[in-house]
Amino acid sequence: MSGDRREWPLYEVFVRGKRGLNHVHVGSLHAPDDVMALRHARDVYTRRNEGVSIWVVRADAITASSPDEKDPLFSPSGDKVYRHPTFYEIPENVPHM
Amino acid sequence: MTTTPADPAPPDAAQERFDATIARGDRIEPRDWMPDGYRRTLVRQIAQHAHSEIIGMQPEGNWIGRAPSLRRKAILLAKVQDEAGHGLYLYSACETLGVSRAELTEMLLSGRQKYSSIFNYPTLSYADVGTIGWLVDGAAICNQVPLCRTSYGPYGRAMIRICKEESFHQRQGYELLMTMTRGTDGQRAMVQESVDRFWWPSLMMFGPPDAESPNSARSMAWGVKRNSNDELRQKFVDMTVPQADALGVTLPDPDLRWNEERGHYDFGEPDWTELAEVIRGNGPCNEQRMAHRRAAHDDGAWVREAATAFAERSAARAREEAR
Ligand SMILES: [Fe+2]
Ligand SMILES: [Fe+2]
Repeated sequence: MSGDRREWPLYEVFVRGKRGLNHVHVGSLHAPDDVMALRHARDVYTRRNEGVSIWVVRADAITASSPDEKDPLFSPSGDKVYRHPTFYEIPENVPHM
Repeated sequence: MTTTPADPAPPDAAQERFDATIARGDRIEPRDWMPDGYRRTLVRQIAQHAHSEIIGMQPEGNWIGRAPSLRRKAILLAKVQDEAGHGLYLYSACETLGVSRAELTEMLLSGRQKYSSIFNYPTLSYADVGTIGWLVDGAAICNQVPLCRTSYGPYGRAMIRICKEESFHQRQGYELLMTMTRGTDGQRAMVQESVDRFWWPSLMMFGPPDAESPNSARSMAWGVKRNSNDELRQKFVDMTVPQADALGVTLPDPDLRWNEERGHYDFGEPDWTELAEVIRGNGPCNEQRMAHRRAAHDDGAWVREAATAFAERSAARAREEAR
């Protein structure tokens, strides 16, 4: 039916919306190589000036935390509430704090 | 994606965590545990949605070469290109559930998965381009806006992108019809004739009545669907009637009238046997749409092969140079 020997690799696409912002994940696509992935990302994800910069990265190159180990992985920050500014009580009359 | 291994959670705990996430109104993400039924429902719904965007390019694509001005042609091209984009957002959302793109393509081409019945109707006049934008994209917006809050994260995010683009689709259609209704008697008649053909099929886009939609309740309990078919159909009618008045066209339904008590428009019953027939494959254009899609897939094979060969050769050359 088609000449596809195998499926093209999956790429994750990240777009920087404007200068000063982080690249944000917007979706994924298949492409035969990095250059084509970037071209397709431009056509699929930025048809209306949605970005000033695009990153594409092969999905199989990403290492992710597992949702099931969520508790152990993120709990250290849970018991370190002193990392958050709201941990500290400052009198009302102290300005700009 | 490669995952750092975790102990498989006992199914009961996983089910509880899933239920709690849904109950909180939180989103399920790709690598969360989910019930098989939830996954299957999503794959079916998202795939059908993606296929609809892809097949949906055909009725309007029919008029790109015959658009009456460069401006109209550019608009129509951009709209049809958006629909291709919508299909791709949705295919990639669907793939996060563990189906491959090749499988999805195969299921469309073999007819094992469906697409929206509306695209099995022909576009006989240029006014149909306007009517599709107004009514068909309008109905799609009604369906899709609540799906931005669907419980499956990737699906909801794809819907947000799509909804942002749909508003252009509806407005360009309505503006096209407005332009025509300000034209000659012949043009006004063309608009009315087109609306007459598309009104009932547009109402059918919301699916069978709630009483005959057995899977709806479960989909709603899972937060996959947010509103019932009949609710959305009513919302669409309520939105559309004033737009038809402003346009100066009649909607072809003698039972259509405002119901003060309900605070909604009453309207007639769509011909559900027609919907069933179109879904069964006996609509006016089912065969043509599928034949066209298969031919496009086969005709594109050399492009995919060439891109693969080029990528392989470049990679081999890079390895050679690294040595
Ligand atoms: Fe669309
Ligand atoms: Fe659209």
